[in-house]
Amino acid sequence: MNNKTLWIAAALLAGAGLAAAQTAPAAPKSAGDGIAEYRAMLADGNPADLFEAKGEGLWKTKRGPKAATLEKCDLGLGPGVVKGTFVTLPRWFADTQKVQDLESRLVTCMETLQGFDAAEIAKTRFGQGEQVNVTALATWVAAESRGLRFNLPQGHPEEKRSYEIGKRVFFFRGGTHDFSCASCHSEEGKRIRLQDLPILTRNPGDGVGFAAWPAYRVSNGEMWSMQLRLNDCFRQQRFPFPGFGSEVTVALGTYMGVNAKGAQSIAPALKR
Amino acid sequence: MKRLPTRTVAASAAVAAMTALLAGCATGPSVAELDRQALAAVQASFRDQGIAKVDRIKQDLGQSACSTDKPVSDAMAERIAAEARATMKWPTGGQYFGDFREGERIAQSGRGMTWTDPSTATSANGGNCYNCHQISKTEISHGTIGPSLYNYGKNRGVTDLMAATAQPIVEYTWMKLYNGKTYNACSSMPRFGHAGLLDEKQMAHLMSLLLDPKSPVNQ
Repeated sequence: MNNKTLWIAAALLAGAGLAAAQTAPAAPKSAGDGIAEYRAMLADGNPADLFEAKGEGLWKTKRGPKAATLEKCDLGLGPGVVKGTFVTLPRWFADTQKVQDLESRLVTCMETLQGFDAAEIAKTRFGQGEQVNVTALATWVAAESRGLRFNLPQGHPEEKRSYEIGKRVFFFRGGTHDFSCASCHSEEGKRIRLQDLPILTRNPGDGVGFAAWPAYRVSNGEMWSMQLRLNDCFRQQRFPFPGFGSEVTVALGTYMGVNAKGAQSIAPALKR
Repeated sequence: MKRLPTRTVAASAAVAAMTALLAGCATGPSVAELDRQALAAVQASFRDQGIAKVDRIKQDLGQSACSTDKPVSDAMAERIAAEARATMKWPTGGQYFGDFREGERIAQSGRGMTWTDPSTATSANGGNCYNCHQISKTEISHGTIGPSLYNYGKNRGVTDLMAATAQPIVEYTWMKLYNGKTYNACSSMPRFGHAGLLDEKQMAHLMSLLLDPKSPVNQ
């Protein structure tokens, strides 16, 4: 299927989804029931598939000031290797001298290979401009590791340091409400309203928490990357705004990723 | 790869392991250094957005002491509680109560204080209560992070809000809402009064929701 056909298919599907949502019966039904039904309907057609296909296309398309593809991008397992990388990120990269998560690493590749301005992309709002493409690329890269188990490297001192920073950020209380990540994600079996909360201080199980994002969110019809997931957690914590790819967001990724060791990835998942 | 004699491999593996061990001991930052680096990372990673300014990540005593997976020392807990008591404000004119229907509305609202909210005025804020607590029985969409508050007043024997026997639980409940750190230094509950999240009237409505014998909570 060429790109144009794909786009048309995507547009049609998105339209169909919208129409279905609008004509849904108004009968009283719990939010949980509704979501369960919607999930069942989409069991073989998670809209994340469309973002996945778009991401694959972007990877192989010559783009940017240098008119290059991303096919030589090194996500940690060597240039061009995609499968298996998602379950080993964040990790240390010698060329940037940084621990990077999937999204910040993709942006590095977009800068070095394609000539995009990484700082400009980091400043762009989620869901706009090149951020849309970063999310699609992350969705595809994640999908290529579907079914694999998390096993982040912790051999480099900077990887260990990132974990330790992430742990401290996880427990950092602040904001108007005194919340930390741990306020909601450090005990088993807790909920906000009806929403189950994954425990993130240890392996929460296959396909839960870190092993589920990027995910397509039914409630707002958007594809959410891990960076956006964390960003919205901080919004709800009443914190100020975390920078895209900032040290706290990457370190939290390292903390959650290492804790999830052995968990099977189902990303890109389908979420409330 | 070229095959090396087994002994050489074993020897170099041992050396490598030793080096790694030494490197780990010699160059790994101390706990205090990591604490410092984590704070620096937090300061460098956040920026102002709308009403959510970076001053929100300047921690006070309790926020800082409770940013750990370990319990705080008794001495620290007492310092935090003492601070909370010293800054506690009782309702003007002893007006502890309002309207439980208003209280229910405030308890339902999870709004306020995020960077997408337009104002920090208390009138723009809800209490977020149902996010974490069961309260009235008819609302099944409630969280479980905090304890159930269903029958809160009834279970505590409150039959008359003005009775002298009810006074201790009335004051206790006000303190929990105003600043729960008075009782539990690292409580997960926001300090609704102390942090300026709700005003006296809004808290009085919540007091009625929890304690009024006519409130749906106590049926």
